[in-house]
Amino acid sequence: MSAATDSALPRILKTYEAELLEDWITEQMATFSRASKIRESELRAQSAEFLSLLQQATQSGSSSDVTSPAFGRVRDMLGDISRSRSIQGFSPSETAMFVFSMKRPLFARIRKELSNDVDGLANTTWAATEMLDKLGLITTEAYQKSRESVIARQQQELLELSTPVVKLWDGILALPMIGTLDSARTQVVMESLLQRIVETGAEIAIIDITGVPTVDTLTAQHLIKTVTAARLMGADCIISGIRPQIAQTIVHLGVDLSTVITKATLADAFRRALEMTGQRDKVGRARS
Amino acid sequence: MDRIPILKLRDLLLVTIQVDMHDRLAMQLQDELTARISETSARGVLIDISSLDIVDSFIGRMIANIAAMARVLDAQTVVVGMQPAVAITLVELGLTLPGVRTALNVDRGMALLELSSDQTAAPRERDANVSD
Repeated sequence: MSAATDSALPRILKTYEAELLEDWITEQMATFSRASKIRESELRAQSAEFLSLLQQATQSGSSSDVTSPAFGRVRDMLGDISRSRSIQGFSPSETAMFVFSMKRPLFARIRKELSNDVDGLANTTWAATEMLDKLGLITTEAYQKSRESVIARQQQELLELSTPVVKLWDGILALPMIGTLDSARTQVVMESLLQRIVETGAEIAIIDITGVPTVDTLTAQHLIKTVTAARLMGADCIISGIRPQIAQTIVHLGVDLSTVITKATLADAFRRALEMTGQRDKVGRARS
Repeated sequence: MDRIPILKLRDLLLVTIQVDMHDRLAMQLQDELTARISETSARGVLIDISSLDIVDSFIGRMIANIAAMARVLDAQTVVVGMQPAVAITLVELGLTLPGVRTALNVDRGMALLELSSDQTAAPRERDANVSD
């Protein structure tokens, strides 16, 4: 790429800055006309800032290498825009259009400026399209990254939300389970339950599975493991909230829950738990 | 060489494991404990494993064996203070310690033993034959 074409692009960007900005904003507004999720003034500010940053970047470095330090501020700004747009609910293509919609106005100016120089026109157009494509990819990547971080955070929150261990009474804990039980979740549930048993010194833990939509052999095995681990630590478990269909499924699958106390509702389980601890309290008083 | 102390409390024996259990130590404990049970004709054995944070299948089996041996010698065994990580490990290893009684701490374990020695006619057995 010759020095002439390298200098043509910054020159065009500088000469036609105001015109480019107007055309570019018109292009962008056409894309968003259906759902104007962004105000024109905000868009104008973003576009103007981006254009001036881009002009500075092309002047101080080669336009084909957008990873160079000269483009640092351009990349940062694109990253910010993509992140804020992904939060505002823009689609990835709408976000990328921020950069791509600049092509038409820019190419028109390049043609106008270099109409007598065929080689220069082709080279400059190629340099511009290469640069804009790479910048467009940067927006998509940033968009993707911010979406991924949102998903990761939500998964983490879901995991924590779904496993509360509630203290119902002195020495009685309740664990209302909601959602499908897979191995990863069961591990978290088991650990948090056992940890709470140690902290509170609870004798009885009620595992309520009202919110568990289906029970298969794997789920049943996870439940039995949790109950067994709690028993090893010296706490009894009661499983409650078994719906009729689930009771049928458990029997059809041949899962043996005979070693676990099961109750239909949380209320029944709580009553049973009070009886069990009350029994022990009475014995304690009689001896003292 | 480490030794695990075996303390006599009235008609109970209290074993507190405060060092890392290795295989030799577990074998030694098994020998000494059975000897002490027959010597003192203890009615109950409390094994406190609250400071034990690592178990393997061998130690898990030793705990089950010690409990079974004590039962043969007519002493109820209660394992107390198992850490969550240890409980999870044992369950994952498939060692559910059937027939071994458990309690959260020494206090509760003591109450459990006294309760069962009160009802000598029919000691309350916590059924634990979990098959998974």
